[in-house]
Amino acid sequence: MAHGPSENFFSRWLFSTNHKDIGTLYLWFSFAMFLLGGAFAMIIRAELFQPGMQLIKPEFFNQMTTMHGLVMVFGAIMPAFVGLANWMIPMMIGAPDMALPRMNNLSFWILPFAFAILVSTLFMEGGGPNFGWTFYAPLSTTYAPDTVNYFIFGVHIMGASSIMGSINIIATVMNMRAPGMTYMKMPLFVWTWVITAFLLVAVMPVLAGAVTMMLMDINFGTSFFDAAGGGDPVLFQHVFWFFGHPEVYIIILPAFGVVSQIIPTFSRKPLFGYSSMVYATASIAFLSFIVWAHHMFTVGMPIAGELYFMYATMLIAVPTGVKVFNWVTTMYKGALTFETPMLFSIAFVILFTFGGFTGMMLSIAAADTQYHDTYFVVAHFHYVMVAGAVFSGTAAVYYWLPKWCGRMYDETMGKVQFWIAFIAFNITFMPQHFLGLAGMPRRYSDYGLQFADWNMVSSIGAFLYGGAQLLFLYNVIRTIGWGKPIDDPKVWDGAEGLEWTLPTPAPFHTFSTPPVVK
Amino acid sequence: MSTEGSYYVPEQSKLPLAAALGMGVMAFGAGAWVIEGGTSTVFMVGLAIIAVVMYKWWSLVIEENTQGMVSEQLKYSYVLGMYWFIFSELMFFVCFFGSLFYVRVLVGPWIGGEAAIGMFDDTPTDAAVANATHLWTGYDATWPPLVTPDQAVNADAAKFIGPQEAMSWPGLTKILSWLPLWNTIVLIASSGTVHVAHHALKEGNRKKFVRWLGLTVALGVIFLFLQAEEYIHAYQELGLTLESGIYGTTFFLLTGFHGAHVTLGTIMLFIAFLRGLKGHFSETDHFGFEAAAWYWHFVDVIWIGLFIIVYVLG
Repeated sequence: MAHGPSENFFSRWLFSTNHKDIGTLYLWFSFAMFLLGGAFAMIIRAELFQPGMQLIKPEFFNQMTTMHGLVMVFGAIMPAFVGLANWMIPMMIGAPDMALPRMNNLSFWILPFAFAILVSTLFMEGGGPNFGWTFYAPLSTTYAPDTVNYFIFGVHIMGASSIMGSINIIATVMNMRAPGMTYMKMPLFVWTWVITAFLLVAVMPVLAGAVTMMLMDINFGTSFFDAAGGGDPVLFQHVFWFFGHPEVYIIILPAFGVVSQIIPTFSRKPLFGYSSMVYATASIAFLSFIVWAHHMFTVGMPIAGELYFMYATMLIAVPTGVKVFNWVTTMYKGALTFETPMLFSIAFVILFTFGGFTGMMLSIAAADTQYHDTYFVVAHFHYVMVAGAVFSGTAAVYYWLPKWCGRMYDETMGKVQFWIAFIAFNITFMPQHFLGLAGMPRRYSDYGLQFADWNMVSSIGAFLYGGAQLLFLYNVIRTIGWGKPIDDPKVWDGAEGLEWTLPTPAPFHTFSTPPVVK
Repeated sequence: MSTEGSYYVPEQSKLPLAAALGMGVMAFGAGAWVIEGGTSTVFMVGLAIIAVVMYKWWSLVIEENTQGMVSEQLKYSYVLGMYWFIFSELMFFVCFFGSLFYVRVLVGPWIGGEAAIGMFDDTPTDAAVANATHLWTGYDATWPPLVTPDQAVNADAAKFIGPQEAMSWPGLTKILSWLPLWNTIVLIASSGTVHVAHHALKEGNRKKFVRWLGLTVALGVIFLFLQAEEYIHAYQELGLTLESGIYGTTFFLLTGFHGAHVTLGTIMLFIAFLRGLKGHFSETDHFGFEAAAWYWHFVDVIWIGLFIIVYVLG
């Protein structure tokens, strides 16, 4: 493997078997989807800027909320972390590439096809999916547009992509570690990803099962979700959330991993409580399988079920608390500096913890009766999805981009983006807590006058936040094209790990002969 | 190629993109097909692309192996890939078994108005009472449900008409004419024959290997044939169809997906059989066969679960 990438542009990017190139493809694809999902969000916030219907029809509004959720979860956040995994895991464990390089490229290329199918439904008769990203039956079965069938098969191949990608990550971590790289020496990003991959292999088939049941109910006369035949619409919710709750940890665990890499670097201290971090991650993953029905407190479960799911959910706060404690303790008495990745990581810790606290509120079954399906829930999960996953993804790009391309980003511009994003994020989502507690339901295209002020504030914040992402795009392109060249292998003086022993920029092939880890 | 490296990282390949294209076309085609008045053309095109790609891809992998490019370490990557693929398949069945458990143990009694709150109280829940008094009056929750809630209320005007008879345990006297039992015997026997074939291969007895593997494939085909017979019997004589309420729904989906996996496993074993005839496998290097054998044991285990839960206790 002495040679570098293919000279031909198309052959390099279309037929790649290189983990770095495929990682780059994942990252650009996810950013494109992030902008698309963001555009849907802008339409939603523009419509909600004032009460009454101004810009779009309610039917289209429903398609926007649905597509925003689906595109952001499956198209933007998940592929972004797979892209980071592709780039970093082989470099971090001293492997020449991913274990199964051709399958790696297949996992990626399924995604553009899956999303082309999904987005094309917006232009079809009957419109795109309009039943919310959780696609509850019977909205997604009896009352769904015909295009739901495209959605179903799109989800099928997307799931295949995730399963293949995860199997690849598991095989890489289990089989490709350099001599001496024992499990308990692996960087935390690798640990969180391998646990995430287990979750994906376990629950993606359940999602496939859920959409298959929908397909059968819609087209072949079965009655999974129809009480008339002896089924139950609530069955859909159980199956969906058995997938869906692990899914939210699939999104957040790699983010934990990223932050656990960045905070020690800029604190110039090793991560506090490494092994407790590993065990906490595994505990969170285990708990994610046994708490799913806390999304369904108001659906009419027996009281024993409500109580069980309430207490089990609260347990998650314990390992999560361990993590937050460790991040904070890593920073304690460290020689802190506040470069852009560190700023995003600190914001992550603060805002994710805040989102965790609102999660605790929602976990109380009795209280949830009030909060359920209001903007409070929307605010809660955007604190963990955006300030959690997206902030950490942004931090990861600023942190590793100099290593990837051998050019430094502009620190001032990075900080400008951070502060705009941080402030705009809070302007957008903090008021949604108030709206939700005051009783504004989610997924509605119009609202009562009493909600007008905070909605306007939230919309202004959203537009600003959208603008900050364009600045992010600008920063990344500027760095790759015109950033200051650097060649120090250790881009950051506090950084530790195998990936920082490689030359900067990272060569096309690395660790053809495995390094020995002491 | 991998002169310096210890792990074979393949050259660029067109196959992954072609496979993704095939999957995309197939998914879109499937969506177009199931919609009222749709046709299967696009789906078939996608399927054809996939078939060609799979053939080429596996041929390439086999060739790489014959040329000695596949190190022990890479082989273990394939082993891990198969392990976790089978695990994902298992979770797919867990989803349907879980759904069966939920509708059978909880939903039925809820619709029938009998369900109690549980550990603290034995009076029926409000929801169960409301179901029985307002929505599904007269529905008697039993398993297997021969009368659907719809039928209990709307009689013959119902959309979901229950079956005349279920597929469950017929009692000891009729056991010999009970098809599922024979299916179980056939499938367990096939797990045994594939095991014998594996041992023969490890001993280097190729003739014995091919013979026992051929027998396994034959048993797989017999199983599928019997299963088709059973479905015809269900549709024509028992009135048990996809549309006969939750019993038919869970019965056909569980056994149907199992049957689909048996079909896949039979194809995998058949390919291993052809490769065995060609002399592809050696005593120590035969993962192509071994993976198929694992898969076969996996569908066998699922069947035992089905036999106990869907048939004997059904």
